[in-house]
Amino acid sequence: MREKWPGITLISILLAGWEVLVRSGMIDTPSLPPVSLIFIAWYQAVISGELIGHLLPSLQRIAIGYSLAIAVAVPLGLLMGSIKLVYSLFEPLTELIRPIPSAAYVPMAILFFGIGNEMKVFVIFLACIWPILLNTYGAVRGIDPVLVETGRTFGYSHAKVLRKVVFPSILPEIFTGMRVSLGIALIVVVVAEMIAGNNGIGYFILDRQRFFRVAAMIAGIFTLGIVGYALNWVFLRFEGYVLRWRQTSGS
Amino acid sequence: MSLDIPRVCGVQRENNIPEGVLVPGSQPYQVTSCFDESTQNSLKSTLIEVRGVSKSFRIQQASFCVFEGLNLAIEEGSFVSIVGPSGCGKSTLLKVIAGLQRPTSGSVFFKGEPVTKPPANMIYLFQQYPKSVFPWRTVWQNVLFGIEDKKDLDRGEIQERGRKYLALVGLQGNETLYPSQLSGGMQQRLAIARALACEPEVVLMDEPFSAVDALTRMKLQQLLLEIWDRVNITVIFVTHDVEEAALLSRRVIALTRTPAIIDKDLRIDLPYPRNHLTTREDPRFGSYRRELLQSIFQAESM
Repeated sequence: MREKWPGITLISILLAGWEVLVRSGMIDTPSLPPVSLIFIAWYQAVISGELIGHLLPSLQRIAIGYSLAIAVAVPLGLLMGSIKLVYSLFEPLTELIRPIPSAAYVPMAILFFGIGNEMKVFVIFLACIWPILLNTYGAVRGIDPVLVETGRTFGYSHAKVLRKVVFPSILPEIFTGMRVSLGIALIVVVVAEMIAGNNGIGYFILDRQRFFRVAAMIAGIFTLGIVGYALNWVFLRFEGYVLRWRQTSGS
Repeated sequence: MSLDIPRVCGVQRENNIPEGVLVPGSQPYQVTSCFDESTQNSLKSTLIEVRGVSKSFRIQQASFCVFEGLNLAIEEGSFVSIVGPSGCGKSTLLKVIAGLQRPTSGSVFFKGEPVTKPPANMIYLFQQYPKSVFPWRTVWQNVLFGIEDKKDLDRGEIQERGRKYLALVGLQGNETLYPSQLSGGMQQRLAIARALACEPEVVLMDEPFSAVDALTRMKLQQLLLEIWDRVNITVIFVTHDVEEAALLSRRVIALTRTPAIIDKDLRIDLPYPRNHLTTREDPRFGSYRRELLQSIFQAESM
């Protein structure tokens, strides 16, 4: 905790500076209300249940789209990494779809799925697949042959070696991909909700901007900061638990 | 089919015939490769047979031959070391025997069956043990790796085996540690325990002690001698250290430079149990060492 204090102090100074600059009239624009008003608007949005009502659908979309992406990308990555034919079959396709910014296929997804949950889940799913897939098959292809041969010498089949040796050994790389994807999921859900729909944190921010409720809009942006931080915190806890064998070295 | 040198050796041992004696209908025995049979205590059957095995790799356009037409018979319960100059294909030969690499031609037979994939009763121990013990498994989970799914063992038997072989290598009490918390020597002992827990018939060891310090190496060699004495296994041991080979094994095979052939097939006629103190003082130990070193120096200088 001690090492966090300088950072917390800096954030407090920046917020206080913001307050002073706006209140003193040095920055005088309706686009930037003082921090105190933002916190009041934030408080009201929380108390009224409005903010939670928009946040929960967003989190739900992330949970479904992200889980689906993991469920598809990890097995496919394991297969692509270990079977040459699967790799040469999917690799060009992967390389073509991957660079497309996920916002670009929102209009297409609307045509297929409408503007509801399905569209957003699909877009999150599609955007989250790539970092996990790439990390998974990259790690399998780069695995130390000694590990695989150790599994083989115990008489295990290729499939069993994949499950008992390859998969656990590349879990750190899978987690790296999953962490990147989690950040992407948050970006994509906000973008998709801003383009179409009538709820979600992205919609909340855009809607407040349209009606010029600037303080509430910025409160929504702050909320995303907190949510992103919390998701990453939970993720790191989970990763640390699953990969606890990595933290024991040197003792 | 003409009888080659090591095959003659195998036949001769089975028949328990002294060196230089001619058997009607057979070819004369080749003195360079044969053993003094008088101290051979029992008749052992051939467990592994390497028959006309060649291995070559393609490097860009060129084909590089590691060894060609190797023949070798290894009998049950023996301790055979393979030595040779660096890069002579000792490890490749061991991997071919283990079924981890396919020979370019010829085949390996394990109990009369051709080896096409790694046989379950034959465990290969890698030189690079820090990569071979699984870092995500605790010591206990590592030792159970090869047996945890065995249908013919119940839970109690699996646990019992884990305890037994951890104790055999002196790792009891460290069950909950991860490999990263162990020293190099302990990791290698864990790899040995994990292999032995499968109660294999053959353990193939590829320079297993080359990456530890000298004192740890001596302890591990002593441990291996004790294990081989207590557990009924056949060991094939690849090393570049002729003293290690002479100290541990009953038979040493010296390979030439690539394309490798068998230069010497030497029986190490020193009494068991062996140890670093008395065995090394035996004058015969010195002469074996000398003979093997000569073979390697000769190969290196060619």
